[in-house]
Amino acid sequence: MSVGKIFKFHNDLDTDQIIASQYLLLPNIDEMKGHTFESLDPDFPEKVKPGDYVVGGENFGCGSSREQAPSVLKALGVRAIVAKSFARIFYRNAINIGLPVIVCKDLPDAVQTGDEMDLSLTEGVAVANGVSYTCTKLPEYMQNILSQGGLIASLNKED
Amino acid sequence: MGQTVIEKIIAHNVGRTSVKPGEIVTAKVDRVMLDDIMMPFIVGKFQEMGFDKVWDPDKVVMIYDHLVPASQQDDVRHYKVGDAFAKEQGLKHVHRSDGICHQLMTEAGYVKPGDVVFGTDSHTTTYGCVGAFSTGIGYTEMAAILGTGELWVKVPETIRVEIEGELPAGVMSKDVILRLIGDLGADGATYRALEFAGSTVEHMTVASRMTMTNMAIEAGAKCAVFATDEKTAEYCGIRLSDFQKSLGGDADAVYEKVLRYRAEDFVPVMACPSQVDRIRNVSELEGTPIDQVFIGSCTNGRLEDLAAAAEVLKGKKVSPFIRLIVTPASRLVYEQADRQGILRTLVEAGAIVTHPGCGLCCGRAGGILSDYERVVATNNRNFLGRMGTSKVEIYLASPRTAAACAVAGKITMA
Repeated sequence: MSVGKIFKFHNDLDTDQIIASQYLLLPNIDEMKGHTFESLDPDFPEKVKPGDYVVGGENFGCGSSREQAPSVLKALGVRAIVAKSFARIFYRNAINIGLPVIVCKDLPDAVQTGDEMDLSLTEGVAVANGVSYTCTKLPEYMQNILSQGGLIASLNKED
Repeated sequence: MGQTVIEKIIAHNVGRTSVKPGEIVTAKVDRVMLDDIMMPFIVGKFQEMGFDKVWDPDKVVMIYDHLVPASQQDDVRHYKVGDAFAKEQGLKHVHRSDGICHQLMTEAGYVKPGDVVFGTDSHTTTYGCVGAFSTGIGYTEMAAILGTGELWVKVPETIRVEIEGELPAGVMSKDVILRLIGDLGADGATYRALEFAGSTVEHMTVASRMTMTNMAIEAGAKCAVFATDEKTAEYCGIRLSDFQKSLGGDADAVYEKVLRYRAEDFVPVMACPSQVDRIRNVSELEGTPIDQVFIGSCTNGRLEDLAAAAEVLKGKKVSPFIRLIVTPASRLVYEQADRQGILRTLVEAGAIVTHPGCGLCCGRAGGILSDYERVVATNNRNFLGRMGTSKVEIYLASPRTAAACAVAGKITMA
């Protein structure tokens, strides 16, 4: 388990809100990460600490295919994203870069930004405000990619 | 048991007679599309993975479109990385200023019915207009395909949309897909395939079908597809194989659900700020003041779209305080619109006609908007900050409606 602070966002949060198009031209993820969630919470990159969590509603990460969206969150130290549902390209991208994306229908409505959360990835259980929530476990294929640290590590292992 | 179109394509690709939704299979990739924005990241990951050679240079298409011509000095770096990679890998299919990736992939003949295609842009769903299975992926997965030629795919459930009858005059395929997105919701087709069928879509041009497959991602869909028919064959300039001829949904295929519509019920609509599924009839929005109109993009920048706009604008003038920006989807569209006098009609009406490319749709080229401005646009997304600041209001509409709004200086019916 690992305790971290929650940063909560709304339904249908699109990738333009996570990292806007104009910053995709910056040379690397480290230079982009300071602009994460800029239109919604410009101080987010300052406030978030390694081990914290992002919580979303339905359809988290909809919109463009930009892998920079999960990448900036990972670079800021976000340990996992818990949402009611994810848009599919974001979901694949997050797993491929080794950022856990956890589906949990009940937790998002019960928490606020600033609450603390405990999450066990192996057991698929999140605890917030004294309540324990069972999350959907990843399919084995994706769990393997994730547990090896993402697609690059996983491909290297096959070699 | 019968199969859906997408099940047939995936089964054929993996050399089986059938596949079932939920199965994870490894697909052999027929073609990939790499766009300029992702270029440095794709190449970086390819190298990080330790690959030396692209699995099959003939299957790789590189298209510069978001950043052409450069509007910031950094844009040039993306061309340089792409050019060096193309040279090193012997890539032949490189388009440096020919238009938008999703237009070129089918227009230049890179995608055929039954193909499995991936691209580093979410609107890669477009190629279902010619009966392909195509979808967007991130740059890490693209780098993995470049090295291996394969990608895992979960076979999606299919939602079938049947539309019967004749669309009312003035209603375009854009109005149809916007209404469907409104009914499904922005995540209503997440992980699913959309299969469009019925007499209405059978009568549509491939260009009109493209508008619908292009926007399927706005309902969350993994892919969208039309049955392959003679129109597909003519557009692709091919004779259909038996496999390609079989690419329609079987009567006894299993669908997650079937949505049925009557064509005559469709009316001109708009997606209102700032959600693609906030659909209102144009008549309900009548009189809303606007500042700019954009006609273009991979959704609606084709010849028939420009022609529809020209028909509305012929002999009229764009309202004095409105900027009308028209961006053809490709060089070919530009040339054809020129030869047919469409560009002249648009220019005489007061339109600014730009070079082909993604242009204003991704908020990079000329015409970006400022706080509290309102734009009617024919592209596919009205997200906050998409075409300027996060206080710009974007209304998505058909080219015909957009042109009428440009003349009126406010939202109005064509």
